[in-house]
Amino acid sequence: MKVALLVNGAVREVDVEPRKTLLDTLREDLSLTGAHAGCEHGVCGACTVLVDGAPVRSCLMFAVQADGLDITTIEGLASAPGELSVLQDSFCETHGLQCGFCTPGMILASHALLEANPAPTRADIAEAISGNICRCTGYGQIVEAVELAAERLRLANAPRAAAGGRP
Amino acid sequence: MSAEAARFRFVSANRRVREDRRFVAGHGRYVADIALEGMLHVAILGAQHPAARILSIDPSAALAMPGVHYVLTGEELAGATDQLMNGLDTPNVRRFPLALGQTRYAGEWVAAVVADTRALAEDACEKVKVSYERLPYLTQAEEALDPSSPPVHPAHGSNVLLDKQFVWGEVDRHFAESPRQLSFRVTWGRNSTVPIETFGVVASWDPWSEMLDVWASIQMPKYPDQIARALRIPANNVRVHHDVDVGGSYGVKRGIKHTVLAAHLARRLGRPVRLLEDRLENMRGGDAHGPERIFDVDVAFDDAGIVRSMKMRALDNAGAYAGRAPFQLGKPIGAIVGPYKIESVAYRAQSVTTNKAVQEAVRGFGQSPTNYAIETALDKVGLACGLDRIEVRRRNFIRKEEFPYLIPSGTRYDSGDYHTVVDKVLAHVDYPALVAERDRLRAEGMLAGIGIAACLEPSGGNSAFEPLLNEKNETTTWMESVRINVDGTGCVAVTIHTTSSGQGHETLAATVVAEVLEIDPDLIRIVRPDSLACLPSNTPVGSRMAIMMGGACFHAAQKLKAKLLRIGAHRLGLAPEAARYQGGSVGAVSGGQALDWAALVNIAHRNFHLLPPDTEPGLESTHVMQVPTGTSLPKDGRVQMYPCHSFEFHLVLVALDPVLGKPEIRRYVIGHDCGTVINPHIVKGMTLGGIAHGLGAALLEEFVYDEEGQMLTQSFMDYLLPSSHEMPKVEIVHHCTPSPFTVFGQKGSGESGYLGAPAAISGALNDAVAEFGISFDKLPIRISAISDAVAAARVRSSEETTS
Repeated sequence: MKVALLVNGAVREVDVEPRKTLLDTLREDLSLTGAHAGCEHGVCGACTVLVDGAPVRSCLMFAVQADGLDITTIEGLASAPGELSVLQDSFCETHGLQCGFCTPGMILASHALLEANPAPTRADIAEAISGNICRCTGYGQIVEAVELAAERLRLANAPRAAAGGRP
Repeated sequence: MSAEAARFRFVSANRRVREDRRFVAGHGRYVADIALEGMLHVAILGAQHPAARILSIDPSAALAMPGVHYVLTGEELAGATDQLMNGLDTPNVRRFPLALGQTRYAGEWVAAVVADTRALAEDACEKVKVSYERLPYLTQAEEALDPSSPPVHPAHGSNVLLDKQFVWGEVDRHFAESPRQLSFRVTWGRNSTVPIETFGVVASWDPWSEMLDVWASIQMPKYPDQIARALRIPANNVRVHHDVDVGGSYGVKRGIKHTVLAAHLARRLGRPVRLLEDRLENMRGGDAHGPERIFDVDVAFDDAGIVRSMKMRALDNAGAYAGRAPFQLGKPIGAIVGPYKIESVAYRAQSVTTNKAVQEAVRGFGQSPTNYAIETALDKVGLACGLDRIEVRRRNFIRKEEFPYLIPSGTRYDSGDYHTVVDKVLAHVDYPALVAERDRLRAEGMLAGIGIAACLEPSGGNSAFEPLLNEKNETTTWMESVRINVDGTGCVAVTIHTTSSGQGHETLAATVVAEVLEIDPDLIRIVRPDSLACLPSNTPVGSRMAIMMGGACFHAAQKLKAKLLRIGAHRLGLAPEAARYQGGSVGAVSGGQALDWAALVNIAHRNFHLLPPDTEPGLESTHVMQVPTGTSLPKDGRVQMYPCHSFEFHLVLVALDPVLGKPEIRRYVIGHDCGTVINPHIVKGMTLGGIAHGLGAALLEEFVYDEEGQMLTQSFMDYLLPSSHEMPKVEIVHHCTPSPFTVFGQKGSGESGYLGAPAAISGALNDAVAEFGISFDKLPIRISAISDAVAAARVRSSEETTS
């Protein structure tokens, strides 16, 4: 079946079997390998992508169901090759990862949180990433990364005076 | 850490982990991202029965499907390959990647189907007809000790793989002389590390150059050797690519059987072949389970709570083949007394086969279960003597001034300051306030308990347990290597000779080389050559890389620096001792003219006439590092195991509703001493991640088999990994006792947290339910087990009240 996906801002047409998951389509047909297959039954969250802005498990969705929808993968977060978004950079700053396998899903889930809630509490963050399993970090530095990104984004968007007169 | 910061430029500095950039961008390169031209895909057919004779395999319906290329059976594979290596001297426990003639556990791989796509291969798997004759089976370790139990390997003669009794010191006398004794049993449930990435391998065979290329998600010592041996080809016909990111391992990503299978198919079919486990294949038949162990412990002590002697029997359920299971009983011998001055120990290590999946190395290699048994003993001794559980530990701890400390089983602990770490943790938490908080929760009707664990992380990984358990194995080195190359433009590349699974080895190597050469770490490129261009490595097992790769980097950089110094001194007409190296330049100790990095590099690469006599041109150095200490074979059942011993002290407050039984961790503090920290971010991550892993082992995770021999927990719906909801905020209290045996005083930290968290959480729950006169003696302690036990205890006490 032919479907047209809006992936990271560009229309991508693919011809896929109706049973092919969105995850396999992104990885195999569009060479977007940042989304990972961890369990393929919707628990681990390593395959998380944003569909119309909301975190979705691409292993539980067929590509044909995504026809015409707006999909953001980890490859779509940075503004240019070699650049990082504020959130991605915050994960580097706190070392909110180790092996990196869950990281794209973790960052996209956190990205969706920060889009909706610029000042999340620790509990909000834990809730937002609770559908993404990380086996390496015990989540501590991931939570710190999201807290740091939220703070940076708030400061970046604040008027100069409100930012506390930082140099 | 301020003292360390003063001593070092980059070591211990709060620097970013260089690997993180590619991962946050989604540009890691995992095995599933490697797609070769013409690549075929494998799906695995698993056995339905725990034990059965394979009468026939009919692949015709599968092969008739368009796009299906091949169905491989155990018979063909066993004919074309040698059996997988088995470290024990048990030649009749034979293991091949696919079951040969008989299946020995439910899920064991019976056939492999190769097709154009993975989906098609899975479809075709369903068309392969296997007829079985069911055989008797067993799942329990104690049953396996019975000589009349159904043998998993009839040719072996029994289900006992290993039964070895060690006696270190005068155990009988110490027991006879001790006024008090107690005995107990605890059981460690079968769990594992369960990385989010399953195991995967891509194999490609070039028949003209006779070269096997392998990309795999491995953490496996001697991996190319073992593949070559099984495939009956010279090892230099195997090229393992190390530029593959591994999506978590923590010990289990060994994958020999997967690789032999995929490599055979690639050779047979003349096409690249990929085998990526799905989650079911991984959980059921990936042979990546961990220890499942019963401990029977006796301790002899006095009224002051001083433990003098211990008898420990560890009975491990290895599963259907030997794997690494028996050796995971051997490694804990290197810290068999934990951080305590126990004078003598009798240790019986028993490993038996049953019809369950095979074990692989799991974080700590058996140490965490052993620590759980030792810590349970200390809790019980404290209780028996009416002593606070922290006080009883303090009384038994080895004291700072007693290091290096020789334990009865032959290992000399390097260093430690256990009392100080405990003091720091107690001061940090305000211990009386924590106790008051527990009592306040109890007064509110909650169950609340404090858990304590003090334990060691042996690190630096040699394999001394192999010769200890198998006299035919005479391995006394477990080296690690590094090469530094400075090119003609002065740029530095450092080669490391292993894959990594999140440990930050590129950051480690760059930090250490930069520290010694006094150059910017960010200017150093880290390279991972393929196995044919590699120096010897034993991969990041046994918490060893800070010590071993860090050590190799240090020594290689020292050699390079010495060469630069010789070149510079010669050029400046100075005696070597009159010259000094500083920040990449060489000049006179007395000051004056100096040659900078570019000038020194230029001489090495272009001016042979300016080099000192007998100096090779170019600028490179290598170092192959032997594990510090532990260079001899065992003697009289004693051996020096790992060189370094990190210490961790866990203090946990758990609260739960007595009806619901769901434990909530209210406070989690760990005191951690792994000597000099090379990168604080990495050590912190290892520690927090290890605690999460230990929390899983304590409360959630188990591969459960039913009475039919079928595994019930085959998915993440049933095998529960801790999420951000279960993990509390953890407070880390640092202490640094440098190791005298390593270059910067560093020790290992890759297993930290995991080694004590199960014991601490178990202790907290037992403290919480002590008022009912009950305790838990088996991990994991699930919510249902807690609520059922509390309910039953309440019924009993109300019956006693009414009767």
